[in-house]
Amino acid sequence: MKIVNIVVLVLFGAVLLFASLTLPPRGDAKAPLNCPYSPANTPSASSYYAERAHEDAHTDNMVTVILADYRGFDTLGEETVILTAALVCLLLLRRGGSKNGE
Amino acid sequence: MENRDFNCPIVLLISRMVSPFIMLFALYIIFHGHYSPGGGFQGGTMLAAAVLLTRITSGYSVSQFQFKTALTMPLGAAGVLIYWGTGFSSLLLGKSFLNYSALTVFGSVDNAHSMGILLVEVGVGLAVMALLISIYDDLFAGEPIMVKDNE
Repeated sequence: MKIVNIVVLVLFGAVLLFASLTLPPRGDAKAPLNCPYSPANTPSASSYYAERAHEDAHTDNMVTVILADYRGFDTLGEETVILTAALVCLLLLRRGGSKNGE
Repeated sequence: MENRDFNCPIVLLISRMVSPFIMLFALYIIFHGHYSPGGGFQGGTMLAAAVLLTRITSGYSVSQFQFKTALTMPLGAAGVLIYWGTGFSSLLLGKSFLNYSALTVFGSVDNAHSMGILLVEVGVGLAVMALLISIYDDLFAGEPIMVKDNE
């Protein structure tokens, strides 16, 4: 069983490496990711943010603008999820009044 | 004193010395998130890491001097409330929820956006730090062997 696991993992890694061979180089302006239009000739979202982020949000860091301004609701939900996780840990694990023993 | 598996003075001293610098760098990451990579989640995680470093090396009861367990849940809730409060304050000032242009108390639109994002990032950083420490302390309290002090 362990040998099967190792073989599957190695094959999967080989597939990923093979797929990564044909990735475009970093910062390639002609890559579909960086073009204003996708191969299907629809406008792509990334170039919209690159062009409009500064005038929409008046802040320099595009990542921060997308995270906290365009998608503020998303970040709000993430933070509430963390609070919920901590509350669940508190309710399940913390033992109140355990100073007197078990 | 506390039950520890190891009692190495080098680890103890180095961790106590490094912890404030990690906190300083975490604050830099939070407050400089507008202009460089960073933000609330990353900075809050580093703040939590600085506190958990002394939690692990100095022991649970000694590191309570640095950050008390009872503080974690109120601070985490305060962070979440800062975020919600920013959203609702822009709602009350006449724009849509979380539209930072409404925060005209900070001056121009540029400043309003900048300070709004900063408020939100501070809230996220505070909540992430306090809640990660809270989860660690809860897991620690769930461990029956480590909790008891040697009497």
